Amino acid sequence: MFRENNMQKIIFSLLLLLSLFNSSWVNAAADLDVNTPAISAIKSSMQNRHAQLAGHYASGAIGLTKDGLIAVRDATALPLKDRQGINALVAAENSDRNALYKEVAAGNGHPEWQGEVRNIFAGRWIDKAQSGWYFQQDGGWAKK
Amino acid sequence: MKSTLSLLALSISLTACVTINIYFPAAAAEKAADKIIDEVWQLKDGVAMPASKAPEKTTEKVIEPPAK
Repeated sequence: MFRENNMQKIIFSLLLLLSLFNSSWVNAAADLDVNTPAISAIKSSMQNRHAQLAGHYASGAIGLTKDGLIAVRDATALPLKDRQGINALVAAENSDRNALYKEVAAGNGHPEWQGEVRNIFAGRWIDKAQSGWYFQQDGGWAKK
Repeated sequence: MKSTLSLLALSISLTACVTINIYFPAAAAEKAADKIIDEVWQLKDGVAMPASKAPEKTTEKVIEPPAK
């Protein structure tokens, strides 16, 4: 009798412990951590670059692609002085974006989420784009 | 009997643990994306928010010219 009682107590406390552990796990899943050092570094690099890119989004020279990147859409919309450097600028931005998606997935312990993270970002970049900016659709470029 | 029930509860909680971590948390990812995009594009405090996104909000928000 005493033994069984003791056993129940042990099981009960184990369950309690597990449910505590479990709820912290739920919280961890409810919010993705985006404050890892790697993500912060990518973010500030992109923030700095945006000063250069913003005018090109507005002129339609570059646009947002379906896969969460950016691409040169119409190089003739660029001032002559910017035409040379645009490909390097776009490539730098895209490498940051790729790294960002990878880090958000890996930083939360699931590198395999990278593709889904990219898809979510792709939609949100376009949703948050200013009117007049171009984004890629199935049929080609569209103006927001 | 009781210990069987406890075992059952234990296995259910364990399954819950596993289930939560298998599926991609789309809502959390959207929240994370919004946070990062707001910072990269500096969209905080309604600066340069797309008007098409919230047409009814624009009426209540009066954009005042800077006091400077």
